Amino acid sequence: MNYSSQSVAKPYFIAAIGLFVGQILFGLILGTQYVIGDFLFPAIPFNVARMVHSNLLIVWLLFGFMGSAYFLVPEEAERELHSPLLAKILFWVFLVAGALTIVGYLSVPYATLTKITGDDLLPTMGREFLEQPTITKIGIVIVALGFLFNIGMTILKGRKTSISLVLLTGLVGLAVFFLFSFYNPENLVLDKYFWWWVVHLWVEGVWELILGAILAFILIKLTGVDREVIDKWLYVIIAMSLITGLIGTGHHFYWIGTPEYWQVWGSVFSALEPIPFFMMAVFAFNMVNKRRREHPNEVATLWALGTSIMAFLGAGVWGFLHTLAPVNYYTHGTQITAAHGHMAFYGAYVMIVLSMISYAMPLLRGKTICNGRKSQTLEKWAFWLMTISMVFITLFLTGAGILQVWLQRVAETPMSFMETQDQIAIFYWLRLISGLFFLAGLLVYIKSFFVKNDEFIPTPT
Amino acid sequence: MSRFTQNSSRNLFYGGSLFFFFVLIGLTFDTMGGLSKRDHRENITPQVAHGKRIWEANNCVGCHTIMGEGAYFAPELGNVYARRGPDFIKGWIQSQPTGVKGRRQMPQFHLTEEELDAIIAFLKWTGEINNAKWPPNVEG
Repeated sequence: MNYSSQSVAKPYFIAAIGLFVGQILFGLILGTQYVIGDFLFPAIPFNVARMVHSNLLIVWLLFGFMGSAYFLVPEEAERELHSPLLAKILFWVFLVAGALTIVGYLSVPYATLTKITGDDLLPTMGREFLEQPTITKIGIVIVALGFLFNIGMTILKGRKTSISLVLLTGLVGLAVFFLFSFYNPENLVLDKYFWWWVVHLWVEGVWELILGAILAFILIKLTGVDREVIDKWLYVIIAMSLITGLIGTGHHFYWIGTPEYWQVWGSVFSALEPIPFFMMAVFAFNMVNKRRREHPNEVATLWALGTSIMAFLGAGVWGFLHTLAPVNYYTHGTQITAAHGHMAFYGAYVMIVLSMISYAMPLLRGKTICNGRKSQTLEKWAFWLMTISMVFITLFLTGAGILQVWLQRVAETPMSFMETQDQIAIFYWLRLISGLFFLAGLLVYIKSFFVKNDEFIPTPT
Repeated sequence: MSRFTQNSSRNLFYGGSLFFFFVLIGLTFDTMGGLSKRDHRENITPQVAHGKRIWEANNCVGCHTIMGEGAYFAPELGNVYARRGPDFIKGWIQSQPTGVKGRRQMPQFHLTEEELDAIIAFLKWTGEINNAKWPPNVEG
């Protein structure tokens, strides 16, 4: 760690991992409710558990992104963070706001929550992933503004690198597009259209800039490859992300009341969306092959390579599977979508944050360069357990989805939704078992932070 | 590749992104222009608008899909008006939860008669949106 103010990243990473555990526990509740319908009912209805599961994911990824930025930007700008104090204050504001929101979800019926938070004054609640009370959303905007100010000032006063500028562009985009969450018209079609300006333009747009910048930073650190080479790759990759992804938004506009020409625009451009992910995988492997140093943090390299492959599979391949309009006509809103969502989020965003934590956390904890053998071995086990479990979760959900599409939508005498669900229950059981393995991987991951007497000893050359 | 400099790649990013962002804006304007013929917004009565608020306030999308978007735990409701009709919908919501052991449960939301009518009006209006004939059949 070269700048003492980078240490503000540490609580962000710890909070991220803590919330990650919560996310997975609620995921297991959901997985159980898929097979034992009345599990924990009425204490935790499915919709409540789902809000907690998806909102925790978003919040912990945001903690991860902010922690990554606080670690990365001083190093790139070659100066201390503009205000470490502001970063610490915003950490607590965000954590308390997030915690109160989750407590709100779990302690009162959602309709009560909308009432006591005054949603009628400016209705924004009750839409997928944007369930947070309006007041929480305003809090998110304030935290984002303070964070951007802090990061922006640091970059402005210091060295401006491509990586920090791309990261900043991505983070500004994240804040700007979130503002569409305050637009909730009476007309459902308009509501849906601009809802995607938050959701799609985040995960298939500006978040890819954040992903690219963090990956580029880690690869420079781990491989020692020239910054010029890395920058060139970074710009081409994120150029392709936005060139394909902006109009690729159209793949959400097939069946929500928008004109039919979106079926053409959406299909063509979103069919190209795997390209930047493919390039990212080629990029990561190329840089590691051309490495100019043997960085002893092997597990961070593993995460960085892993994220490039899993993002390509989850976002690229599984996205392409159902993105063409004639296919999507049958698969829209089925378990196929769920399969894609799980692997894409894990591959692209969970793994990039874990890559950064893997690289930065040993330095933040005062180690010279990386963790010792024992903890790295444990973390590698965690990598494989979580990643392989996610592959199986995705495969089982895909199996469920294919059968669902067939029984409910293609067959000559289509079954009803619930009849179909009963037929595909075996896949849900297998998915739940895979989820338990995922949790095991996560526990091993956490254990890897608590290995004693495990300093890294360089091998004499 | 040697002539493809860092500057070219940066220009590709800024130029390409800006260009396609403006294409998205252009398509959005075009979409907005003709949308009223497809969404029949003239039929969004205060009752329909109220129904959407009830839909949101009870987080219906946390279990159901509407025009395919939402959660995949419970049936599609964008076409439920055509599939079940108003009386069934009302009776169903009122009689929840079923309490059948091991089956998926829908909470009791304690909606008033007026709120039930509003949500049915909202679902009826939703069912009449021209959304390219999705879903493939009435089962959703």
